[in-house]
Amino acid sequence: MSILDTGAPGAAAVAEDSVARPRRTVDRLLAGNAWIVFAFLYLPILVLVVYSFNDNNRVGIWTEASLRWYGEMFGNARVMDALRTSILVAVLSTAVSTVLGTAAALSLERFRYKGQRAFDGLLYLPVIIPDITMAVMLLLFFVQAFDIILVLTGVGLSRGLGTITLAHIAFNISFVALVVRARLSGLDSSLEEAAADLYATRWQAFRRVTLPLIAPGVAGGALLALTLSLDDVVIAEFVSGAGSTTLPVYVFGALRRGVTPLINAVSVLMLAGSILLVLASLAISRRRSGEA
Amino acid sequence: MANEPATVEALEPPDLDGKPPQHVAVAGLEHDAEKAESRRGFLIGLPSYVYLVLFFALPLAIVVVYSFATRSASGLTVLGDWNLRSYGRLTDDLVLLITWRSFWIATVTTVICLVIAYPFAYYIATRAPRVRALLLVLVMIPFWSNFLVRTYAWRLLLSTDGPFVRILEFIGFSDVRLLFTPTAVTLGLVYGYLPFMILPLYASLERLDHSLVEAARDLYASGWEAFRRVTWPLSRPGVIAGSILVFIPSFGAYVTPEILGGTGTTMLGSYIQRQFVGTASDWPFGSALSVTILFVMMIAATFYFRSGGKDL
Repeated sequence: MSILDTGAPGAAAVAEDSVARPRRTVDRLLAGNAWIVFAFLYLPILVLVVYSFNDNNRVGIWTEASLRWYGEMFGNARVMDALRTSILVAVLSTAVSTVLGTAAALSLERFRYKGQRAFDGLLYLPVIIPDITMAVMLLLFFVQAFDIILVLTGVGLSRGLGTITLAHIAFNISFVALVVRARLSGLDSSLEEAAADLYATRWQAFRRVTLPLIAPGVAGGALLALTLSLDDVVIAEFVSGAGSTTLPVYVFGALRRGVTPLINAVSVLMLAGSILLVLASLAISRRRSGEA
Repeated sequence: MANEPATVEALEPPDLDGKPPQHVAVAGLEHDAEKAESRRGFLIGLPSYVYLVLFFALPLAIVVVYSFATRSASGLTVLGDWNLRSYGRLTDDLVLLITWRSFWIATVTTVICLVIAYPFAYYIATRAPRVRALLLVLVMIPFWSNFLVRTYAWRLLLSTDGPFVRILEFIGFSDVRLLFTPTAVTLGLVYGYLPFMILPLYASLERLDHSLVEAARDLYASGWEAFRRVTWPLSRPGVIAGSILVFIPSFGAYVTPEILGGTGTTMLGSYIQRQFVGTASDWPFGSALSVTILFVMMIAATFYFRSGGKDL
């Protein structure tokens, strides 16, 4: 461009002009497409939210705006039970997988040992495996394990909150590790080495140097784990028992029987929860990039 | 603690290759420290390692074992009479039909996503950095919102008394039926997985050196030709990564066809699920299907990593 500018200003101007005009049209088309895509992404969510305030017993027929179905939702014991289970599973699985996932990330990024590659592969698998396969795997595992426990100890276990939590930890470790590793690999290990040179013990160096540095990654991983746990239907459906299910499993089951206005309200509740989590993790990642 | 064995080593006579004893001591010390260090690294990772072996690798092995087992007449799984019958059933007409349908719907979904997402990602990638960040946030919000709920929203939109059908009937179409058709399932999948296409495309288009496009234009390439010969080839890793990320979950879809589809739109995911519930269940066959789908995904994932994709 600069060569053209100095060499033949007139020719450059002509070239600019003939190039720029189709580009402006293309740009306008691109902008139009972008608006359509954003509408496509947001309108369905908006419609759902509007519908959830509809007073009518039938979902598709609008009578008047009311909070009736939200009231019914909070009064519905099964929904509240499922909500409690969901929150409990999400919090427990996030707590455990954040600790384990962070440890795994440190172990893989900061050390060298035999069998590391195998560990790396094992850690990646839960990320790429299809939901349905993981669900089948864990169902068969729990059935088989409970059979063995029954034979050996005489204790009959059943699937429920515990199995869902164990299953969620299994996939969340990998996602947390993925996020924390991304943070770790971008960090200069010389700071940790400096701490060691200044006679910090291993634990002190970790506590005072490494942990504060990877904290945004750990927080991001934890939020991702919470989101994924609250989002999961397939695996939870397979490994939950008759007694306790999570909210998504409850909604999924209800949808199989048909659409009710109650489900609209529950859906909006779930939506609000997940959007809060996205905004939180976006805020964290913004701070992270701001630091760097 | 690494000190002790090193001192012992130093007291031993020097090696025949003539290294001075001091050197041996330091090397031994370093070697021991390194060993302790790598042991520490292994121990830090050990709990997750054990967890994943117990709750991932072992379940995976159990599914593989089950896929060779037999279904008894009463529907229970007999572990003992090992055979390949479940794999043999993969070529049944019904299985082939469902596989073909899953493949077809997943392919259409991927192509639609690519056509919509490419210009969209290009638009975002060519904005000023601040606008770009904002637009990306606007893509991320629906992306991370609850998948089930987002799919459910389409159930409302497409239902017989929903806005879509009403608009179509207002225009003059009569007896429109959208819900429970393959179209509805495809639409739901496009909606669900579009961000999987947008993000890798954006990543590769944002990296693209625009001076190359300008160079092509300076060399009298038309806009179309500059795109075809420069932009498109350079963004190909994003295209491949995005296509695989959309194709994989669409192919094994379970939630979307259950909510938006009908009896004629069963896809592989739902078909597998059906092998594990009710009286008609067949766990060995369901396991064989799961193993097969996993195998297909692993191949696709290999391509994904080859194309330079890492993670989201």
